[in-house]
Amino acid sequence: MTKVEAVIQSFKLDAVKEALHEIGVEGMTVLEARGHGRQKGHTEFYRGREYTVDLIPKIKLEMVLADGMVDKAVQAIILAARTGKIGDGKIFLTRVDEAIRIRNDERGEGAL
Amino acid sequence: MLKSRVRWLLFVLVLVCAQAAIGQASSPSSTSAAEDRLVKLEQQAADAKGSADNAWMLMSSALVLMMTGPGLALFYGGLVRKKNVLSTMMQSFALMALVTVLWAIVGYSLAFGSGGSFIGGIQHLFLRGVGAQPEAAYAATIPQQTFMVYQLMFAIITPALITGAFAERMKFSAMVLFMTLWSFIVYDPMAHMVWGKNGLLNAALGGRFPTLDFAGGTVVHVTSGVSALVCALYLGRRLGYPKEPMPPHSVVLSFIGACMLWVGWFGFNAGSALSAGALATSAFVATHFAAAAAVVGWSGAEWIRNGKPSALGAISGAVAGLVAITPAAGFVGPMAALAIGLFAGIFCYMMVAKVKAKFGYDDSLDAFGVHGAGGTIGALLTGVFASSAINPILKDPQGNTVASGLIEGNAHQLLNQFIGVAIAWILAIVGTIVILKIVDVTIGLRVSDDHEIQGLDLTQHGEEGYYWEMQV
Repeated sequence: MTKVEAVIQSFKLDAVKEALHEIGVEGMTVLEARGHGRQKGHTEFYRGREYTVDLIPKIKLEMVLADGMVDKAVQAIILAARTGKIGDGKIFLTRVDEAIRIRNDERGEGAL
Repeated sequence: MLKSRVRWLLFVLVLVCAQAAIGQASSPSSTSAAEDRLVKLEQQAADAKGSADNAWMLMSSALVLMMTGPGLALFYGGLVRKKNVLSTMMQSFALMALVTVLWAIVGYSLAFGSGGSFIGGIQHLFLRGVGAQPEAAYAATIPQQTFMVYQLMFAIITPALITGAFAERMKFSAMVLFMTLWSFIVYDPMAHMVWGKNGLLNAALGGRFPTLDFAGGTVVHVTSGVSALVCALYLGRRLGYPKEPMPPHSVVLSFIGACMLWVGWFGFNAGSALSAGALATSAFVATHFAAAAAVVGWSGAEWIRNGKPSALGAISGAVAGLVAITPAAGFVGPMAALAIGLFAGIFCYMMVAKVKAKFGYDDSLDAFGVHGAGGTIGALLTGVFASSAINPILKDPQGNTVASGLIEGNAHQLLNQFIGVAIAWILAIVGTIVILKIVDVTIGLRVSDDHEIQGLDLTQHGEEGYYWEMQV
């Protein structure tokens, strides 16, 4: 099993969700997040005073997938979330040791 | 039998005719009846005018109260950080209660009782003698009680404006003591000097230096704005200022508040006519036009300098214009109002965007930059633009109307405006320093560093503005 974490542009959430549903991803967790990569932030002015906002609102998706699904899911996210401009986000993959369904103690890929 | 009946009838007829004849002949009694009716009619006309004026003045009183809560509370509340939103709004609201009580017991008497040049008397303590009868020297057509409650709303918003300067760092208890003393030491004397009987600066009631201040440019905005600057300097900056960014946590709240201030200001300025006639209309129009022009001025300046016209800039500009037109509202026409507003918008923008940054003081919500600066230039420009055609307030000893402002040819008025502004500055500076010192040595002014970091909502009031715990 692999955990897929994707940080994407907020306005791309619907497109990415749609793309993942199409390839059969059934569950995910979505978080509102703030952060920056090399993109850095932007400046705002309040009564003439300049503020640098370097933590930009983003969406973070988390899902744990059976190994067979991972490549398809990564491709789907890239296709849906890419604008080609700086700030499109990143995807991280991590091995997951175990998954447990709380309702019936089911374990492994069957619990996903 | 029949004969005696006819005779009886004749007798009655004669009596009736005689009475009619006497009635016609006695013209004195008919004149007095007409006079009675005339007196009654005049009384009814006066009553009708009184009712009309009173309706507008009660409405205006409510509008001015709305400027403090929720107007100013929202305007300031949005400008602070999230952890201080309630404590900031609470300061305005607490003053609605505190100043009202003080006003009833002693404030009104000190401001509007008859006394000397500087302060009123004690004859209206506990509002004694303030009832349905008009006080002709102030407003001849409305109950003095209406005048009293209208003026109360000014006494409330003036100290509330100061809270913007020491936002996010003053103890609530210190604020209560400071404002109590400030009402007595700064506001009441200043209101008496400009508007009270025998007041030193009263233009309508024979003051020594007649200063034109229609709705409180000196009394409200200069005193509060200058006191605000003194507070900001005395208390020092907020922890982390100016290194740490402290942007407004909700320009949306401020936006709603500013719109309420604009509407409420019609009560503030047009209500200061103390009647519902053409002068109120003139002040209403001037008020609106100045606010609009100031938005154009501030937003234009900001657009040129920063490349974008911000919403916060637009609403700040409106407030700056409303401040500046306050002393002039009942003395100038719409074109002068446009000029005053446009100038005030640009001037106040430069004050908050450049001057504040240059000197480094932390006038957190720009109470000085908007009210102190806007009030000062508004009071001075009143001496330039005031027109006797709009309001024939200045008279020569024979009772003839004389020119009002510089443009009409009365250069001397500008000097009087300077004197009025200077007295307001001096009173505000000296009074505020003394009061801050008293509060500082008795109960202390600032919250501890720990409390400032945690926020005043939690440490001063034990609650949070936005309580978001996970809910099912």
